[in-house]
Amino acid sequence: MNMAAVAAGGFERHCHEKRRGRNAALSVAAIAIVVGLPLWWKTTETYRASLPYSQISELDTLRLQLTVELEVVFSKGSLTAEQQKTAQLQQSREVEHLLNSKTELRYKYETKYRTATVMEDDALRLESVEAADVSLSKLNESPSGSLVIYVIPETSALLPQGVSVYVGKHRTALLRTLQDKRAKLGDVLRGLQPDIQRVVETMSFSNGDIKAALSDRVPVRKLGKESLADSMRTFKSSPGYEITFSLLNPDPKSHDVHWDIEGAVESYIQPLLSKLSGVANFSVDSQILYYAILGVTPRYDSTVSSYTLNTESLPHVINPVEARLGSNAASSHPVLNFLLYVPDYPHSPLYIKDRGGDKVPTNAFHSPRWGGIMVYNVNETYTDPPRLPVHISIDMVRVMEVFLAQLRLLLGVQQPHAPADFLLQSPGNEGLTDWELDRLLWVRTVENIATATTTLTSLAQLLDEIGNIVINDNIASEVYSAVTSVQAAIAELEACNLGLAFQASKEATQSSEKAFFDPSLLHLLYFPDDQKFAIYIPLFLPMSVPILLSLLKIASEHRQRRKEPAKID
Amino acid sequence: QANQFFGSGHTNNWAVLVCTSRFWFNYRHVANTLSVYRSVKRLGIPDSHIVLMLADDMACNHRNPKPATVFSHKNMELNVYGDDVEVDYRGYEVTVENFLRVLTGRLPPSTPRSKRLLSDDRSNILIYMTGHGGNGFLKFQDSEEISNVELADAFEQMWQKRRQVQYSELLFIIDTCQGASMYERFYSPNVMALASSQVGEDSLSHQPDLAIGVHLMDRYTFYLLEFLEDIHPASQANMNDLFKVCPKSLCVSTPGHRTDLFQRDPRNVLITDFFGSVRKVEITTETVKLIPNITEKDEKLTEELMLTEPQKYVEQIPVAEIIHQKPKQKDWHPPDGFILGLWTLIILVFFKTYGIKHLKHIF
Repeated sequence: MNMAAVAAGGFERHCHEKRRGRNAALSVAAIAIVVGLPLWWKTTETYRASLPYSQISELDTLRLQLTVELEVVFSKGSLTAEQQKTAQLQQSREVEHLLNSKTELRYKYETKYRTATVMEDDALRLESVEAADVSLSKLNESPSGSLVIYVIPETSALLPQGVSVYVGKHRTALLRTLQDKRAKLGDVLRGLQPDIQRVVETMSFSNGDIKAALSDRVPVRKLGKESLADSMRTFKSSPGYEITFSLLNPDPKSHDVHWDIEGAVESYIQPLLSKLSGVANFSVDSQILYYAILGVTPRYDSTVSSYTLNTESLPHVINPVEARLGSNAASSHPVLNFLLYVPDYPHSPLYIKDRGGDKVPTNAFHSPRWGGIMVYNVNETYTDPPRLPVHISIDMVRVMEVFLAQLRLLLGVQQPHAPADFLLQSPGNEGLTDWELDRLLWVRTVENIATATTTLTSLAQLLDEIGNIVINDNIASEVYSAVTSVQAAIAELEACNLGLAFQASKEATQSSEKAFFDPSLLHLLYFPDDQKFAIYIPLFLPMSVPILLSLLKIASEHRQRRKEPAKID
Repeated sequence: QANQFFGSGHTNNWAVLVCTSRFWFNYRHVANTLSVYRSVKRLGIPDSHIVLMLADDMACNHRNPKPATVFSHKNMELNVYGDDVEVDYRGYEVTVENFLRVLTGRLPPSTPRSKRLLSDDRSNILIYMTGHGGNGFLKFQDSEEISNVELADAFEQMWQKRRQVQYSELLFIIDTCQGASMYERFYSPNVMALASSQVGEDSLSHQPDLAIGVHLMDRYTFYLLEFLEDIHPASQANMNDLFKVCPKSLCVSTPGHRTDLFQRDPRNVLITDFFGSVRKVEITTETVKLIPNITEKDEKLTEELMLTEPQKYVEQIPVAEIIHQKPKQKDWHPPDGFILGLWTLIILVFFKTYGIKHLKHIF
């Protein structure tokens, strides 16, 4: 009986042990699945802050409305008394352009008609048109983006013959029109419409300009050749630019050259840069390079009895010099180089010939997105017999006239192709007229909005596609602020606040660029499938094999016990 | 004047040249990269537009019998190291991460200009990589690798971002074993690729130099360099000539190329579009009328010139005091931690072995 009891006890213990073993295996499996699996998932997850994906995809479809506020003022004598009675009017006109399925443009021209005040009439009776322009602009402080057009009668002597429109330095224009004394006011206004449209296209923007600004979204082939050349030539909008003026003196033994670059920059270049200070930050520096040679040997041309450089050899001039120029290592802003080359004594004077073989009057050329080079001849200062070294003081006015023109071209302030009967006032020492600045702002605002939306959509696409890039909180906040700025810019454009719209678009570009180029967004996490297996198998296989096998054993025992009922003696 | 712009849509050129191998016996990879660097500089691309990454320094290696030189022809005919080489990423800075950061522009804000790829949407970029590779990957520094998928994704990011790091057209040349596998996965537009060997083939090296003791160049780059030596900045050779460089008889491996993503016909693409830097120019026809601002600064200048004294060195360092310096009297300091600890250990051991009763002799 003892043996049986022992055997029975042993059997029970065996049963206990088996049950304990089974419970142990089951609980380990339960912990592994219930606790381990979610823990592993959570800890291998990357931190991704939430982004406004829906708003970004909304921004992908661009619907821009550009509002221009016009004021048309009828001076004394341009309207009859009858017509003048009902001359206080407000009209608005909309033009729509659909560029492609995702880009829609709408131009709204809000025109206010009125008659001139006494002071304005006095100003229009001044001697010269420039003086009239100055006093008229003082009377009308028009904000950025708006225009004032004064209609003057045909009999007025302000504008010379053949000129029907004069565009001043600020935001005013004078329009001379034929008078029709018998027509009703509505017809007069309708007749003025095409002229007003021409003025607006010259002083604000034309459809071609805006289309060129959106060249990222609009296929390039649809642009005209001139606008394509313009877009290749001007620098892309950037938060800052570096301008370097260099004097190249290849022959210091013969020429002792001095230039007052500081004074010249202060007087002639700084006004332009101050006016553009809202657009970008500029830093200006200068240097003098000795023994710097051109990469091309000039040819002696007997027809003009001097050395010449022809257009085909000009592209090869820049590269050898560029290696010596140097730039500011600390900033990554685009650099504009302006070089003044004083030819050496054996090769003086040196002229540049254009394609037709004629001497270029400015003796200068420029390279798109790089800068400009001017050749300054000094042979007038040679005495006979020449006494070397010759002391040369450079005429900075002549030099700055050329450099200023090149700088304006490279920054995107082009002279619009105005019709033949327009007279455009030159900006003079200010460097930039107000309406030219407005033109730049219109184009840049549209360009910035397009760039910011492209950046945001491509960032959203990138982060969507690659699931394991970490998105930090600072990136999320930059993206949110970029989205708000773009929306603000679009709203300000509609409300005709060009200055605010430009600032908002600039902030939008900066925030979106900061988010896109953040160093933490590096996608280094491509794992092909076989590498993923190779990483996880050594970790999970040794742990899971015993669990699985014991689970299988439990299951098979359970099935066996089910099949044969417990032996009951 | 607008006509001259339409040959190609680019206004500037950039080059990214990468050598990924380290150790003295991989001399040939550094020589490869430096040969391409030399050609590209000779054809006009300035140093400011070249990002040169060399994983190891062969010129100053202890085993180099001719220090400060890297030769590419046996009998030491051509020293490609020169005296104006500008290496932007050297030694251990050449990693997959830094390479991808350069391509995508995601560099920390403190990175200087010379280490950045500041191309824009009108840049043509040449990317040359050499080292040891395999099917679908390229080895960096003998410790990590970059896969062809990562490279294709990096190019796609360059294309997507139309501002700072974008390209108008991109030429990718790779000289490694099984190089063609690296360009299989490209999917961005305007990319043309050349490789020195097909998948399953090895790229072979050219010739050893008995004085230096290692192989000097790889075959593909050797014949590429020979081809480029004939190109000058005004040359009209096109890409079809480049595809014919190094046929199987000379190279033993079969060079491959890929042009399906490229929009222009390779026949119309000049070699100098990528290897040189021929700038477009326009004559300046307009000026802005300025009113002279008369200042008196000119007169002051001439006077200042007369008055400069001859320069001399300033007594900045009291040299006499430094050279004849007597050794300073050192103040007494109590013994520091190590000495204290050592003595404590010795005393404890002594008392442990000989018994604690000896302690009364001390205290």
